[in-house]
Amino acid sequence: MFHLWNMQDLTPGLTGAPAPAPVSPALRRRPSKSRWRNRRLVLALMSPWIVGFAVFIAYPLVMSVYLSFTHYDLLNPPRWIGLANYKYLFGDDWHQIRSSIYNTLWIIVVGVPLQVLFSFGIAVMLTRARLGVGFFRTVFYLPALAPPVAATLGFVYLLNPATGPVNTLLKWFGIQGPLWFNDPGWAKPSLVILGVWGIGNTMVIFLAAVLDVPRHLYESADLDGAGPWQRLRYVTIPSISPVILFSVVLGVIQGLQYFTQAYVAAGVAAGEASQAGGTSTLELGYPQGSTLFYPILLYHHGFEFFQMGYASAMAVLLLVVSFVLTFIIIRNSRRWVHYGGAVR
Amino acid sequence: MTSAAVPVGSRELTRRKVPRDVRRRRFLIAVADHSILIAAALLFLLPFVFIVLTAMMTNNQALSAHLWPHPFRWHNFVDVFTQAPLWRWTLNTMIYATLATVGVVVSSVPVAYALSKLRWKGRDMVFLVVLVALMLPPQVSVVPLYVMWAKLGNAIGIQFIGTLWPLIIPAWLGDAFSIFLLRQFFLTIPEEYLDAARVDGCGEYRILATVVLRLAKPAIAAVALFSVLYTFNDFFLPLLYTSNNAHNWPVSVGLSQFRNLHQVQWNLTMAATLLVMAPVIVLFFLAQRAFVEGVTLTGVKG
Repeated sequence: MFHLWNMQDLTPGLTGAPAPAPVSPALRRRPSKSRWRNRRLVLALMSPWIVGFAVFIAYPLVMSVYLSFTHYDLLNPPRWIGLANYKYLFGDDWHQIRSSIYNTLWIIVVGVPLQVLFSFGIAVMLTRARLGVGFFRTVFYLPALAPPVAATLGFVYLLNPATGPVNTLLKWFGIQGPLWFNDPGWAKPSLVILGVWGIGNTMVIFLAAVLDVPRHLYESADLDGAGPWQRLRYVTIPSISPVILFSVVLGVIQGLQYFTQAYVAAGVAAGEASQAGGTSTLELGYPQGSTLFYPILLYHHGFEFFQMGYASAMAVLLLVVSFVLTFIIIRNSRRWVHYGGAVR
Repeated sequence: MTSAAVPVGSRELTRRKVPRDVRRRRFLIAVADHSILIAAALLFLLPFVFIVLTAMMTNNQALSAHLWPHPFRWHNFVDVFTQAPLWRWTLNTMIYATLATVGVVVSSVPVAYALSKLRWKGRDMVFLVVLVALMLPPQVSVVPLYVMWAKLGNAIGIQFIGTLWPLIIPAWLGDAFSIFLLRQFFLTIPEEYLDAARVDGCGEYRILATVVLRLAKPAIAAVALFSVLYTFNDFFLPLLYTSNNAHNWPVSVGLSQFRNLHQVQWNLTMAATLLVMAPVIVLFFLAQRAFVEGVTLTGVKG
């Protein structure tokens, strides 16, 4: 839910001129003593974060790496097994790991561009509207407020193959609706639709960005005889490219953590099928592993089978991949992101 | 349109000269724009409509192709509470949301103040670390943390696994997103205000407690709001820590198990879904300003 796209503006201390230091008279007279006092003050104010960072971020990261080289089931002490977890991950278990990576990449590669496209499209349409802008804005924003579990439950019902409202509506038009969450080919697209429904936050950011594009740029484009498409292509999109980059990066990061919707949808849809007399046991990534995303597999190994060592190895891989992906996107973005007025 | 008094450029001339077909064209474009918006808005509203309608159907009807509740069954909203411990889950969520939100605000304000209004060596480095922490997937650190809570519980004889404490306690030790948001706001507070207080002999703690807190009220409201929303929606970590103890489930976990657990019917499931969505939507309409403030703070302002 955080929005930080203009990294250059975020850190005036890093890039801009430093703000003048508050100098109290006491500081000038006895520099050493007051500097020590200042340091103590900073330490006191920073102490929550220092403790929080050490205990809840630094320690688990180091421990994850250590545990990934061990066999650990929570009951017996961790046993050092070297690279065995990684060998298993890339060896015997690779088949399942690969399909979870494939599903995760699928949801990122298909979902993120669609979300950006719809957010941008709706934002542009909202800037063109003259009547009821506030109403439309609220309507497009509201789904983002629906709690993920509730929204997912709603969608599993809406897309219920037999009697769900969506397939009922489609039947009115003579279309035989798909099996949605019960069809391995349609489960991921259904999740993407759910994602597009909840683009409110991104849409609001795009709206602010589109409204922020300087008027004079459009006026000069008009003078050069640009049509609406050209204005969009050569003025709007370059001007808001940092926002596009921001939402792509954020979308990728969230895609790597994709859990709630897939977990709930698979669980409920599988329960539905078993009630209807189909399969009985809940299978992983129902239907047929099509919603088996990487975080779900990690959860499965770590907290359903308590293979803590193996789950740690998966976590280390996730950490490496998320850093590499973020790095690649930001690196390549220099080619297409235009920072207005910034050096670069 | 344009009056004669306005300095006339070539564009103004054309705009004034050809009113008829240009105006017609513009009108048609506006109609097209609004039609697209209305169609899209209907698609976005439709899921809500169906959830509301189904929540008031009988079970047989929820499983039929009829879309409009035939007898409106208001009793569903009562049955929901007898079918599942919805009150208990709501209470758990409220405890989690309250304790975590108070903790986030209390612990993040001083950190954000030190990161924005005091000058010290390594400050920008530390802020970068906060930003990196913001990006970290929770799955990366979750295994050692689970082990840590399990062991700590065994060591001191109080079980943390099965409760929401492993989520509440970290909230009291600074939250990266809130620190980031508050810092962005504190940067906009003019240094002169603080210097004036310093000249008057005000210590930094008192400046923070009086001047800054008073000026930063909207930002603190936004942080608190986001924190409440986050805890309300949080699913992965509560599932992880409490799944073995249904007594401590928050609403999000309870709702996800609602249907499979009791073989509950769709109409009741949708009634529960609606009841879970409602508070957030009501909160939005009550606190629209804080929402807008928050989104503006995190995004538009640098």
